[in-house]
Amino acid sequence: MPEITYREAIRHALAEELERDANVVIMGEEVAQFNGAYKVTEGLLAKFGPKRIVDTPITEAGFIGTGIGASMLGLRPVMELMFWSFYSVAFDQILNNAANVRYMSGGLINCPIVIRGPANGGTNVGATHSHTPENVLANHPGVKVVVPATAYDAKGLLKSAIRDNDPVFFLENTILYGEKGEVPTAEYLIPLGLADVKRQGRDLTIVTYGRSVIHSLAAAEVLHKEHGVLVEVVDLRSIRPLDIDTVLKSVAKTHRVLIVEEQKPFASVGSQLAYMIQREAFDELDAPIHRVATVDAPAIYSPPVEVEQLPNPQRVIKAALEMLG
Amino acid sequence: MSNQPSANTPAGTAAKTASDPHLAPVNLKLTKEERIALFRTMMQIRRFEERSLRAYQAKKIGGFLHLYIGQESVAVGCCSLMGKHDHVITAYRDHGHAIAVGMGMNELMAELYGKATGCSKGKGGSMHFFAPDRNFWGGHGIVGGQIPLGTGLAYALKYKGLKGAVMAFMGDGAVNQGAVHEAYNLAALWSLPVIFVIENNGYSMGTSQERSSAGDLPTRAAGYDMAWDQCDGSNVYVVRAMMDKYLTRAREESKPAVVEIDTYRYRGHSVADPDNTYRLKAEVEEYRRTKDPIQVVQNMLMTDGVLTPADIEKIDQAARKEADDAAKFAEASPYPTVEDLQQDVYWEADHPDQRQSQGRLFFD
Repeated sequence: MPEITYREAIRHALAEELERDANVVIMGEEVAQFNGAYKVTEGLLAKFGPKRIVDTPITEAGFIGTGIGASMLGLRPVMELMFWSFYSVAFDQILNNAANVRYMSGGLINCPIVIRGPANGGTNVGATHSHTPENVLANHPGVKVVVPATAYDAKGLLKSAIRDNDPVFFLENTILYGEKGEVPTAEYLIPLGLADVKRQGRDLTIVTYGRSVIHSLAAAEVLHKEHGVLVEVVDLRSIRPLDIDTVLKSVAKTHRVLIVEEQKPFASVGSQLAYMIQREAFDELDAPIHRVATVDAPAIYSPPVEVEQLPNPQRVIKAALEMLG
Repeated sequence: MSNQPSANTPAGTAAKTASDPHLAPVNLKLTKEERIALFRTMMQIRRFEERSLRAYQAKKIGGFLHLYIGQESVAVGCCSLMGKHDHVITAYRDHGHAIAVGMGMNELMAELYGKATGCSKGKGGSMHFFAPDRNFWGGHGIVGGQIPLGTGLAYALKYKGLKGAVMAFMGDGAVNQGAVHEAYNLAALWSLPVIFVIENNGYSMGTSQERSSAGDLPTRAAGYDMAWDQCDGSNVYVVRAMMDKYLTRAREESKPAVVEIDTYRYRGHSVADPDNTYRLKAEVEEYRRTKDPIQVVQNMLMTDGVLTPADIEKIDQAARKEADDAAKFAEASPYPTVEDLQQDVYWEADHPDQRQSQGRLFFD
C-alpha cells in the first residue's frame, strides 16, 4: 500500500468527491490560487477550475453563511477554515443556522455542508489560533463532528462527510498534515461514528482521538517496553456520532480508563465520555477514570512550555503509571 | 407606453407621467383579478396578524410575536413578482412574507400555537416559518444572520445556471450587523443575483434610525460598488415597480442591489413591547391616516372602479373568517409529543434505512 501524507489523503478525498459529484464546491480563504494556506488543496484549482475551487475573502461569517445557504438549495460546499479557531467569528452561522435549520423547519430543509480545517495547539501561535472546539461543536444536536488522527482515517472519513446529508465539521491538525500513513489506491469509505482500536491491550484502556492518538500510541509503546503494561488505545475518530460501544467493550476488557484529549478540561469531550462510561459500565471499573487534558489556561506561546500544556507521551505515561500504581 | 390613464391603469386618476410607478409595465400588465389578489393578500396578512395578537393575549401563543401590521404592501409587492427560480428569506417578522408566498393560515397559526400541524411541526415558532416548496427559506431569529444565507441561495442559483433572484429581507436594525456587510461584499464581489431588501420601519426595536445608524441605509451599497435604490413602501404598486427593475436585472445580469423600502409598523417591536417610550401615538396615527398600505390600495381600487365598498367588505370578512378558522384549526390540533423532540434533528436519524453512519447521535 502506498504511503501518503495526511495532507495528501485529504486532498485525494476532495479530488475524488469533486470528480464524483458536480454539486461539490470547495470554498475558503486561499484554497485556490494560493494552493491552500496549508497546501491541502494544492493543485485542485488547476484540475477543477475556478467554479469548483473558490477563493473567498477573509470573511468567515459571510462565506460560511453563504455556503450554508447554498447547501440549503442543494450544493455540497466543502468550506475550509484556515484555522478552526476562526469558528468564533462565524459562530452564529455555524451553530445557529447550520445546526438548527433542519429542526426549525420541521425537517423540510437540509444542510449538507462540510466545514473543515485544522484545530490544534502545539504550533506556538498563542491563544487565538489554538482552539480545539470539538466539544463546543458537538454540544449542538444536528451537527456531526469528526477528528481524524491518520492519513487513512482522514481520507475515508472526509469522503463520508461530503456525502452526508447533515452538516459535518471536520477537524484536522496542522502537526499531522505531514505525517505519512498507508492509504490504499482503491476507493474506500469509513463511516462516521465508528471508533478504531489502534492498539490492543489488556491492562488499561486509553480513549482518545486526533493527535492525542499519536501521543497515546507512543506512550503505549514505552509502557509496554519499559513497564510491561499492555495498553489498549481506542481512537474515537468521530465525536458525534459517538461509538461508545467500542469504548465500553474495551473497558470490559481492561477495567481501567484513561482519557487523553487536547481539550480544556471543563466540559470537554472527555467529561462526556467519563459520564457515559460510569453510567454504562460502572461495575466494570476497577479504578476511577483518569484524564490527561490540556493544562487549564489559554494556549501559551512559549514553545517549550506549550509542549507541557498539551497532552504528550510523557504526561500520558505518568498518568498511566499512577493509575496502575 | 401611453401616459393617459385608462380604466385598466392602477390608480388611474393619480397616474400622470411615464415615470409614474403605477404605469410601470409590471403594474400595467396586471389584470383586474391580479390587482384584487394583491389587495386580498394584504388584507389576509392584516387579519391574520390581528387574530394572532388576540390569541397571544389569550395566552394561546408563547414566546415572541413580531407583528407585520402596517408593512403588508412590502411583502406582498415583492413576493408577487416571484418567478419559478426566485427565492425569499427574511428575519423574525416573517408572517407577512409567509402569507405573501402562499403559505396557508392554518399551518401558520398552528405553528404559533406550537402544534404538530404547524408549518414547522411546532418546532420553529413565530420567528421560524419555512416553506422551501414555495422558495421561502425562513424565518430567522438572529438580526442579520439570514443575510449570508440569502447570499448563499443566490450563489447556488448562479452555480446551477438558473435564471432566478433572491430577495433577502432585513429590518433597518440589521444594517449595522457585520454579517450583513460581509454578505454585501461577497454578493458584489461575485456578482450574485440577490437583492438585499431593507424594510425600514423606522425603529430597530425601540431605537430610532437616527439613534442607531450613521448616514443613509441603502447608500452603503455604493461602498461595495452595488446599485441601490429607495422607495415609499405604503403603495404596493410603487414597491412592485422598483423591485421589478432590480429583480429583472438580477435574473438577466446576475447583479446584486440594496433597496430600502420605507414602511411602518403599528405595533411594538414584539407584542411584549408596550410601545410607549420611544415614539408618540400621534406618529402612529398619522401613518394610519395617510399611508396605511391597505387603505392606499383600497382607495385606488375604488377610484378605478375595480372594487366597490361592498366587495371590499366581502374580502375583509373572508380574511377575518379565514383567520378565525385558522385559530380554530390550531386550537383543535395536537401538540407535538415528547417523542417528536428528537425527530427532524438529523436527516440520518429520520431516515434510518438510509443511514450510513454508526454510533450514537443523541445523548442523555
